Amino acid sequence: MNDSDDIVKEFLVESHENLDRLDRDLVDLEKHPSDKEILASIFRTIHTIKGTSGFLGFGKLEAVTHVGESLLARLRDGQLSLHPELTTALLAMVDAVRQMLARIEEAGNEGERDDQKLIATLTRLGQSASPPPTPAPEASSRAHLEPPLPESSPVELPPETAMPIPLDVSAAKVPVQELPRTVVELSPEPPAKPPEPPEASSPQPAAGQSASESTIRVDVGLLDQLMNLVGELVLARNQILQFTKHTEETGLVTAGQRLNLIASELQENVMKTRMQPIGNVWGRFPRTVRDVALACGKQVRIQMQGQETELDKTLIEAIKDPMTHLVRNAVDHGVESPDARRSAGKDPVGVLQLRAFHEGGQVNIEISDDGSGLNLAKVAQKAVQKGLISADQAARLSEREAANLVFLPGLSTAEKVTNDSGRGVGMDVVKTNIERIGGTVDLQSTPGKGTSVKIKIPLTLAIVPALMVTSAGERYAIPQVSLLELVGLDGEQARKGVEMIHGVPVYRLRGRLLPLVYLKQVLKTGPPESAVADDAPTLPEGGFERVNIVVLQADGRKFGLVVDEISDTEEIVVKPLGRHLKQISVYAGATIMGDGKVALIMDVLGLAQSSSIVAETHERARAEQEQARADGAEVQKLVLFSGRSGSRMAVPLSMLARLENIPGADVERSGNQWVTQYRGQILRLIRISHALEERRNLPDSNDILTLPTSANLQVLVLEDQGRSFGLVVNQILDIVESGSGPQSAPTRSGVLYSSVIAERVTELLDVAAILATGEPYEPIPARAASAARS
Amino acid sequence: MSETRQFCSFYLDHLLFGIESQKIQEVVAYRELRPVPLAPASVSGLMNLRGQVVVALELRRQLELAERPAAVVPVCLIVRAELGTVCLLADEVGNVIEVEEETFEPAPETLSPRLRSVILGVHKLEGQLMHVLDTDRACAIHAASLAAAG
Repeated sequence: MNDSDDIVKEFLVESHENLDRLDRDLVDLEKHPSDKEILASIFRTIHTIKGTSGFLGFGKLEAVTHVGESLLARLRDGQLSLHPELTTALLAMVDAVRQMLARIEEAGNEGERDDQKLIATLTRLGQSASPPPTPAPEASSRAHLEPPLPESSPVELPPETAMPIPLDVSAAKVPVQELPRTVVELSPEPPAKPPEPPEASSPQPAAGQSASESTIRVDVGLLDQLMNLVGELVLARNQILQFTKHTEETGLVTAGQRLNLIASELQENVMKTRMQPIGNVWGRFPRTVRDVALACGKQVRIQMQGQETELDKTLIEAIKDPMTHLVRNAVDHGVESPDARRSAGKDPVGVLQLRAFHEGGQVNIEISDDGSGLNLAKVAQKAVQKGLISADQAARLSEREAANLVFLPGLSTAEKVTNDSGRGVGMDVVKTNIERIGGTVDLQSTPGKGTSVKIKIPLTLAIVPALMVTSAGERYAIPQVSLLELVGLDGEQARKGVEMIHGVPVYRLRGRLLPLVYLKQVLKTGPPESAVADDAPTLPEGGFERVNIVVLQADGRKFGLVVDEISDTEEIVVKPLGRHLKQISVYAGATIMGDGKVALIMDVLGLAQSSSIVAETHERARAEQEQARADGAEVQKLVLFSGRSGSRMAVPLSMLARLENIPGADVERSGNQWVTQYRGQILRLIRISHALEERRNLPDSNDILTLPTSANLQVLVLEDQGRSFGLVVNQILDIVESGSGPQSAPTRSGVLYSSVIAERVTELLDVAAILATGEPYEPIPARAASAARS
Repeated sequence: MSETRQFCSFYLDHLLFGIESQKIQEVVAYRELRPVPLAPASVSGLMNLRGQVVVALELRRQLELAERPAAVVPVCLIVRAELGTVCLLADEVGNVIEVEEETFEPAPETLSPRLRSVILGVHKLEGQLMHVLDTDRACAIHAASLAAAG
């Protein structure tokens, strides 16, 4: 019965495709109840499944689809009109069919099930709204089986084929030439119901809908194998190219180049075979949206753009669940109830928009709703409540940072827990899953306008660009998606650059502390961390000639990975590690290098987690906060700089975003201010000399309006409560720890206090007040207004 | 006439072992392995087998036998096991041995528990005993060593 197994298999594959379309069609139909074409398509799908299941002897499947078909036939003929209950019943039927198909796939039978209730509902619905008493649904369905769609070609049944077949040929999706053999084998089995006369005009099930001659179905396993072979070929090519570098023989060099070209093209094309349009995942969303919206009494319309955007099959699988979660979330929490929308002056029907497009070798997916947006204050408050961040951190959050708090584990802002979402798990899982495949998630929210989640994922996972590094004499590959930058420290810098905070090594990357992780220590291939006293900044592995830091990002956290050597980047073929090593989270796989040796691929997220960068960040933030409090907040890192007259001033390092050298020519005037274009934004520049009180009476309009004459301005980019601005200083001197020396009262406005720092009297600036005085013509606010924040 | 079975034999610490020959894909010469930090102790490293990355397991450690003397260069038995293709490191390969069912006897109770869990039994050959390995178990990583690897 091998042939029959094949038929069942084909039946399953085709039916699954058809069912996915059915969900979409039914939801579409609800919006356009009179669309004959959609109805015909639905009818055709159900009819096909019914026919084949009868043919293959799946009685229960046939019974369910049969009543469904009858119902649809009456819809199509206009004897019934669609209403939500009907749609729900039809969707329930689709679910039942799907369950049975899944069961057939697993166990080869439909399983024990009772569909009487569903059948009764469908039958009742089929009869209720019909004014004239109609003949038995069976009869009606057959009576109306005219050729529904001209576009699909009818099955041409050669007479000799049609003759001996007592079954419903119309629905068999077997290639015609195979029919006789198949049917002879099957015919001893009695059909589950009286055979219908063959309907020669029945349409061919439109499986691919596109021209069937130009496409074939290929086993994914075969494609994976092809992909592997191409990977091998690429490696062999790399080896050969290395040989040709040292040869004079032009013939070999030319052949090598040709091989190079062909292999690259082959690789590209084989990769393409694994590409699938993202619409395959989206196909189910109209149904999801409808169900969730119905369950929580909302009206939501779904809009899709870029369904044809393609990405690797494994990635499609990987984003399925996170995307479903986001869609559910958007409907459940994002879109408001129709009443609330009306009172907010919006269309009662909310819009959920899905957008996908390629950009820069990555796939961008956006899921946005036009709902109420996140209550950022509430999110931050919740995060503080749960101890995920400190109140102080919360006050300093930018809008964007606050919005992205929802990705923290254990944070849910939903007032009530619903069936579908809001159990406080989810968003963090979404984020982890997407980062696992090398993607990123970002959430943006505008109060009253809606929320938008942007996902970026790579096109494929099989071949990735990676940075090769060496640690303890072995090579490791670091996927480039997580790579931010490389820092090399030489000589003096190497000895002084790495500092210790409570035994944790850090490096000051442009003024910001970057936690360091030593690859040797993570992998336990190097000497264990020597006992380090807090006050004696010694390197964990002393005596480095050069410190190589690979700055990486995982889960939104930056950290530096210290390695022995950094080589160049290479395209590597990712090979699975096998089940023996799967549980070691720091590896993502292995690869074979050009010289035939094996290198391990690092999993950056796993690396961060195993070295506690990610998991304990919040803990540590809290611990540091407490530590600071215990110390009476006396020790604080300060950025030391000099003003125009050479006097010393300082601001807290925690406010410093970056140190920049801005060319004088880049400064522009906006109103009465200096501004510059900085990282795609307009950055306000405040001159320290203008901001402080003693100069308040000096600036005349000329001085303000004159653009800088010096070639370079030293600028501290400061961040305060989400606003950033540049403070133009004379010279940046150092980063120091504030002493516990005496603090004297401020000498002028804009200064918190004066203290002796590094043996010089230094004024600690009140950033908030300076920011307020940035506009020279505005009166200085009362000192009290400048919240003392040190 | 009873049924005969073919075993590929090999030595570990002067003991004769056998794996059913159908399970053995090939035997290859030892080549440099890529060590895997943090891996369980019996994982010797990764091997490039014609473009496939294969885990190499030290059979002596798997069976809790004495460590192999540095002078002995191991051989690689490429085995198809439940967990996929695995390379097992042995001291030396022997002949392909055909045995009859009668000579088989289950492992004696007195064997070390670890060894007994990996050995199906022994075939009594002329002059020596051949330990029959349970391939899947021999290729799996012992739970205890996994826990130790963390």
